[in-house]
Amino acid sequence: MKNNTLIVIQREFMTRVSKKSFVLLTILMPFIFAALIVVPLWLSTIKDDAQRTVVVVDRTTHYLSAFKDDKSYRFVPAPAMLPEHRSDTTDVEAVVNIEGDLSKDPKAVKIYSRKEVSADLLSYVTNVLNEQVRRDKLSAYDVQGLDKIIEDVQSTLEVSTVKWNDEGEESSSNTGIAIAAGFLFTFMIYMFVMSYGGMVMQSVMEEKTNRIVELMVSSIKPFQLMMGKIVGVAMVGFVQLLIWGVMLAAILGICSVAFGLDAGAMAEAQGTMAAGAQGNMPAMDAADNEVLTALLNLPFAELGIMFVLYFVGGYLLYASFFAAVGASINAQEDSSQFIMPVVLIMVFGLYAAMYSVENTDGPLAFWASMFPLTSPIVMMVRIPFDVPLWQELLSLGLLYGTATLFVWISAKIYRVGILMYGKKPSLREMLKWLRYK
Amino acid sequence: MNNPDIFLSASHIVKRYAEHTALNDVSIEVPRGKIFGLLGPNGAGKTTLIRIINRITAPDSGSVMFDGHEFAPSDVARIGYLPEERGLYKKMKVGEQAVYLARLKGLSKQEAKQRLQQWFERFDIMPWWDKKLEELSKGMQQKVQFIITVLHEPPLLIFDEPFSGFDPVNAELLKQEILELKRKGHTVIFSTHNMASVEDICDEMALINRSQVALSGNVAEVKERFRTGKYELVCTGGAAPLTDTEAYRVLSHTEADGVQHYLLHKADGLTNSELVALLAQQTEIRHFSEQLPSMHEIFLKCVQ
Repeated sequence: MKNNTLIVIQREFMTRVSKKSFVLLTILMPFIFAALIVVPLWLSTIKDDAQRTVVVVDRTTHYLSAFKDDKSYRFVPAPAMLPEHRSDTTDVEAVVNIEGDLSKDPKAVKIYSRKEVSADLLSYVTNVLNEQVRRDKLSAYDVQGLDKIIEDVQSTLEVSTVKWNDEGEESSSNTGIAIAAGFLFTFMIYMFVMSYGGMVMQSVMEEKTNRIVELMVSSIKPFQLMMGKIVGVAMVGFVQLLIWGVMLAAILGICSVAFGLDAGAMAEAQGTMAAGAQGNMPAMDAADNEVLTALLNLPFAELGIMFVLYFVGGYLLYASFFAAVGASINAQEDSSQFIMPVVLIMVFGLYAAMYSVENTDGPLAFWASMFPLTSPIVMMVRIPFDVPLWQELLSLGLLYGTATLFVWISAKIYRVGILMYGKKPSLREMLKWLRYK
Repeated sequence: MNNPDIFLSASHIVKRYAEHTALNDVSIEVPRGKIFGLLGPNGAGKTTLIRIINRITAPDSGSVMFDGHEFAPSDVARIGYLPEERGLYKKMKVGEQAVYLARLKGLSKQEAKQRLQQWFERFDIMPWWDKKLEELSKGMQQKVQFIITVLHEPPLLIFDEPFSGFDPVNAELLKQEILELKRKGHTVIFSTHNMASVEDICDEMALINRSQVALSGNVAEVKERFRTGKYELVCTGGAAPLTDTEAYRVLSHTEADGVQHYLLHKADGLTNSELVALLAQQTEIRHFSEQLPSMHEIFLKCVQ
């Protein structure tokens, strides 16, 4: 009889994997992902070509020199606002009209435009004028060597972060990279639990609405059928992840070769860096290498193992819930009442994860990564920031305990629900089902 | 209790749900190699009983004996079930899902394929193998479902309302297949409201009404039990009409085309032969028959 679960797993897996939509999505997704990164970059370079004209009318002529042309805007001085500036055939984007000394009257500047003034133009103009006004006000105090002082004051800081590893040695870390890695895993868990949990629900509902389920349960125990579905769908998810992983690695490999950053050069560059020879290393490469070392310093083994553990636990918990919902309802429309709270909890988990990044050991991060319904999502953000082992173990214990409970309850509801047709059951009725023999 | 002639027996089955009792101390015995009719109005508890026999649900109390032993989980592979609610995977190819369902009943892949090919050829639906189920007509789907039910050659077959949705031609085909299965030694449980088909093919029956067995036994015996003592008599005209005697009462009398039709009620303690002998003295008999109640009438009588 145990064999039957395998047969179900096999069918659930094969029917999904052999679907054209699955094959297409699996193959295209990494490219879509790559495109999502590349296309906006590409589009922003296109936008740079179109330099727009902004007319500056400066009664004081004092501020004109502060406006420097950049890729987006060309600033043209003009003695006064002309009618052609406002005609509908004008190629003038906007007119900056400065009517007086801004250090005395801060409101003596206006921007005119036929369109809504773009945010970056507004902020550029504001910054430029602010800076100039500040300089003017400072020079009004008549301090000696003022230019030098200002230049001196305006140096920018660069704080680099260094992490002590277990042996107390220094290793370069990068908070940004750690956050990014945590979020990547968090989103993957969120996406997979939602979409594959939904798939389990679809599959259960399909059998119920097709009325094949009565035939099925005359051959196989409802629990085996449910678990077969849950496991079969999870396998599809793993295969998809695996393919994406391999493809992404391949695409990245090809890209890095294309950009002349092959592994050998990297290692060499790192070697020279370690030797302290900074000589002719271009600044860009140095930054790249910092990112790379920070990447390499992430706890990959821990991340990988924890990802699998939280993925399986979280999926088991939510998928069994979805299976019970699919078994209880008769039509897709009825599902929202049960799905809404789950989505809310998941979205709460996502937000908790985002805020946890700011304080990875704070109370929100701690409790949200213990609570089993959010822990798979939140914990993944914390792991790059070194979570104490006892917290990980406690969180996993709670997660798997709750998942087992959910599977048990769902199996009971599923067993009765799949054979119930007619009206939508109330929560009270579903609780009654738990007691059925 | 261990009667080898009894293939399946359910004794003192009780099944309660939150609001009502679906089965209240129900016992049935299904003889080996016979067709057993399970009758009853809607909501009487037939489906619950069938689900218990399929091990889909468990009874609150009572026991089931299957082929001489205590009912065990592995026995479901020896049952073929055609549910009243028919359904298969709409998007799955016909052959593929038949093989899948057969494997769940314990057949190997190769064996399932082989047997399916034989059945498909027999029903002349081989071209449908690679079609999706939703592309088939309703009648075709019914045929596929029937094949799936019997494919693993289970000793016990359960048909729940098998004729519903079949056109007369296919219903006849199905009837012949069921009789053929009986001839091959399968035991069949047959649940229906269609009383005519019970008289046609069932050997034994049980009528369930309001969660209890209202009537059970051999179909002929049950009919015997419900004899009403009514007889139809046709005799040549001309003679004086019959009147009530000690042996019989005349319930109705009509005369048409020179023939007289009577409906008589026989007095108790008189055999059919004695009645015929008596009537033969008084009139020229053309036709004489006892009016046995139809299953339909018995059903209504028991249910009301």
